[in-house]
Amino acid sequence: MDVKFVNAFVGSIINVFKTMLDEDVQVGKPVLKTAEMVTAEVSGIIGLSGEVQGSVVLSFEEEAACTIASKFAGTELTLESADFSDAIGELANMVAGNAKKDFTGYEASISLPSVIVGKGHTVSQSKVFPYLVIPCSTSMGKFNVEVAINTVKAPAMAGA
Amino acid sequence: MKILLVDDSRTIRNIQKNTLKTLGHTDITEAADGIEALACLAKERPELMLVDWNMPNMDGITLIKKVRETDKALPIIMVTTEAEKSRVLEAVKAGVNNYVVKPFTAETLSEKIEQTMAKLAASGAAAG
Repeated sequence: MDVKFVNAFVGSIINVFKTMLDEDVQVGKPVLKTAEMVTAEVSGIIGLSGEVQGSVVLSFEEEAACTIASKFAGTELTLESADFSDAIGELANMVAGNAKKDFTGYEASISLPSVIVGKGHTVSQSKVFPYLVIPCSTSMGKFNVEVAINTVKAPAMAGA
Repeated sequence: MKILLVDDSRTIRNIQKNTLKTLGHTDITEAADGIEALACLAKERPELMLVDWNMPNMDGITLIKKVRETDKALPIIMVTTEAEKSRVLEAVKAGVNNYVVKPFTAETLSEKIEQTMAKLAASGAAAG
């Protein structure tokens, strides 16, 4: 994966959490997702289509997901709250949408968010391109941003 | 001022409502997509509309184009994650008066609303 895409997501994560939650995120070194890293309790998923195809997953353990969703929504949320999935989905939407603006030279669209809630679930890896896991840490808990994308054209030449 | 909020995320509508309340606006109607928004508009014309871009059933850009077929004057601010220049230009072409990129702070949203209303008041005064 081109480093500019990784940088776009890292910048986006930091920007979204600072702007919407007034929270600093420590972003760790991205690693390739392995079979041992498959469990999550909450996943917010956004699909990408166009010249950049794939998906972005924000995956959390329950406590971090509830704390982060509550601060984002400005009200106490649990996994059972009606607005819990909405808040996680919108957070994923903002991270993906904000990263997309830095996909210079590529036209891409994002899907509406999907949210999975359930202990130890797996968001399966693409067979074509693996997930890169960006580990993130905040004072409200840890989460991962998993990115699996592929480009379908060469970028336009600058100035062309 | 009557305001219509159009966004499929209730979380975002709540954040917007809180910002609007701090500006003294409490007469707020909500719609979760373009179709619901058109139904609201058929009942009552707001004085300002905030519109998301990516929504199910009918997206924001389609909604704005439909609204502009009959109402050129309604102030519309697009509030979206779509931040590329090409998208902003597309929205302006469709007829938005202002544009806010998510993520946004309460201050940014407040500024854009005040800026939009001030501009329209000034153009109305000039025309009058």
